[in-house]
Amino acid sequence: MNQNILTTHAETSSETGIRTEEMLLNVGPQHPSTHGVFRLVVKIDGETIKEAIPVMGYLHRGTEKLAENLTYTQIIPYTDRMDYVSAMTNNYVLCHAVETMMGLEIPERAQYLRLIAMELNRVASHLVWWGTFLLDLGAMGPFLYAFRDREKILDLFNELCGARMTFNYMRIGGVKWDAPDGWIEKVKDFVAYMKKELPSYHQLVTGNEIFLSRIKGIGKFDQKTALDYSLSGVMLRSTGVKWDLRKDEPYCIYDRFDFDVPTGTDGDCTTRYHLRMEEIVQSLRILEQALEQFPSDGEVIGKVPRVIRPPAGETYVRIESPRGEIGCYIASQGKDKPWRLKFRRPSFTNLQILPKLLEGESISNMIAILGSIDIVLGEVDC
Amino acid sequence: MSELLQQAPSLGNTLWFILAAVVLLVILLGFVTYAIYFERKVIGWMQLRIGPNRVGPLGLLQTVADVTKLLIKEDTRPKNADRALFTLAPILAYAPAFGVLAVMPFTESIQFADLGIGLLYYIALSGITVLGVITAGWASNNKYSLIGGLRSAAQMISYEVPLVMSVVGVVLLTGSMNLREIVEAQRDMWNIIPQFLGFAVFIIAAQAELNRTPFDLPEAESELVSGYHVEYSGFRFAMFMLAEYVYMFGMATLITVLFLGGWLPIIPALDFIPGIVWFVLKFSAYVFLQFWLRATMPRMRADTLMSFAWKVLLPVALVNILLTAVIVSYQQGMF
Repeated sequence: MNQNILTTHAETSSETGIRTEEMLLNVGPQHPSTHGVFRLVVKIDGETIKEAIPVMGYLHRGTEKLAENLTYTQIIPYTDRMDYVSAMTNNYVLCHAVETMMGLEIPERAQYLRLIAMELNRVASHLVWWGTFLLDLGAMGPFLYAFRDREKILDLFNELCGARMTFNYMRIGGVKWDAPDGWIEKVKDFVAYMKKELPSYHQLVTGNEIFLSRIKGIGKFDQKTALDYSLSGVMLRSTGVKWDLRKDEPYCIYDRFDFDVPTGTDGDCTTRYHLRMEEIVQSLRILEQALEQFPSDGEVIGKVPRVIRPPAGETYVRIESPRGEIGCYIASQGKDKPWRLKFRRPSFTNLQILPKLLEGESISNMIAILGSIDIVLGEVDC
Repeated sequence: MSELLQQAPSLGNTLWFILAAVVLLVILLGFVTYAIYFERKVIGWMQLRIGPNRVGPLGLLQTVADVTKLLIKEDTRPKNADRALFTLAPILAYAPAFGVLAVMPFTESIQFADLGIGLLYYIALSGITVLGVITAGWASNNKYSLIGGLRSAAQMISYEVPLVMSVVGVVLLTGSMNLREIVEAQRDMWNIIPQFLGFAVFIIAAQAELNRTPFDLPEAESELVSGYHVEYSGFRFAMFMLAEYVYMFGMATLITVLFLGGWLPIIPALDFIPGIVWFVLKFSAYVFLQFWLRATMPRMRADTLMSFAWKVLLPVALVNILLTAVIVSYQQGMF
């Protein structure tokens, strides 16, 4: 932690003789709006933030080090616990990395199941974001509406793999479980339901004057800053960079579907809000097409050797998680355990811009900005 | 009841006073208990939840259980808090909240003190509560509560100005500050119609005075954890809660009296229904509005909140005074 922040400046006004002093405010690690165990030390002058230092690591579990002593299949449950709001994408990035190294062929049905699971998870993740963002801004209702709809997705996942959050669903070469009878129909019903439900979200929140005044022009940064800070996902697209790995470096079977990558130009909280809402629509579009094309039968796991030993060498793959670009680097020595494993976590990278954004903002804006970055602490600390 | 006030003090009427005050206190506590229950149920339904349903039939005893819990909790005080002020603050916040109810005319006959300056009394007394809030924020010796306390000082003082200004129109129309006379003057038409602007300003400013959503900045759970009463627990915390709900009671009564015709029926033909029923209906409608807002609205930001008070509400209230004054003097044939 930067020690400079601990020195606060005090001065006595020559006109009034009143002594004023900057104050150090410790936000977190137990604070309702830090979305977990995240700590921010802010130096405030009245309610204006002079300087902010994020302190992280409270949830650090050493996943990457632990992985060095685990077989590849054993690592999968650990990835669930990184970005626990969107565990399917984490599952996928690890499997994808190993499959790339081994050059494995994935059966059609498994590809579709993976894609449906990932896109459903993206919708669920954005719903959690929507709810908690509004909760941060003081509106309690939207949170519960979002969680009602997310619950439907979790029920679908529960049926698919027996878990609601830590799925452990994907395996190297495919997925663990086939979709139960009638599951695809249920997902279809959900997609139709969600499309009907979304306008009410906008009606409740998007047009609200108070809400707009809270987020308009707040937490603004330009394209160059975004690229300099290596931001990804909505944080990057909100500045006008059209970069979505599903489109630009198609993985899984994303190249088969027709969808748009929404971008904005303002780079403020409002843009990020609209982009995430639009991404839900696009995810539903992908889901609709995928459910239509879903193969009626087939294997859900490919021909995979009993012990998974990727050839010696290293590889890096990246995919688009709801929060941005999630990457997985594996250095293998041809053993059944990785020699070194590294995750590029979008929450962690996106969070680095926070001190810059907070300078000169008020405490209310601090909450809005932190909320709009959309971090998951399990992923930040990993 | 007001005849009692005119009599010479004796043992009989002193006992009456005490009895009446106790009855009001019991009614009030009953209101607070069930207002909290009602709030939790209403918000629960709006938010697809069920609300309290475990303690007692339909969860009716939930608040009783909660209050009992608060009462028997350990009385904690932070080590570095200012002892005297820390103890004083909840009392300072609560006492005026109860005091304002004395002048409220619930019906023609139920009123504790029929003051000529009833309205002024309410406004003056309710202004004291902000002292309790600042004191609490400062005495706790906690940075969050200090920010919360300062926010509420700024907010409550700023919003008191448009609140008072919006009422001036009603006073001009009636020609009196006596709350009973204000109700009686609404026999032909409720003030909400000729004083629509005033009503709009009043209802917004009242929301800010009560520190309720969307103006709940002093508490601002997601920013300041819970603002000025972050260090309070047990019964001291209950006092703040109580003060908040009693003020809601007071404000609902005031709005009913000033703008919604108090105990008067909607149309004279419905006069056979007792006044208190009308009063409770109008009163509940306002209380419901509060809960409704809380279930849906996000919170405002401190700077927009202040500029809204001074740049929007105050000018509107002043325009309302001007218009009312012109109309009243026209009616009295001054032009």
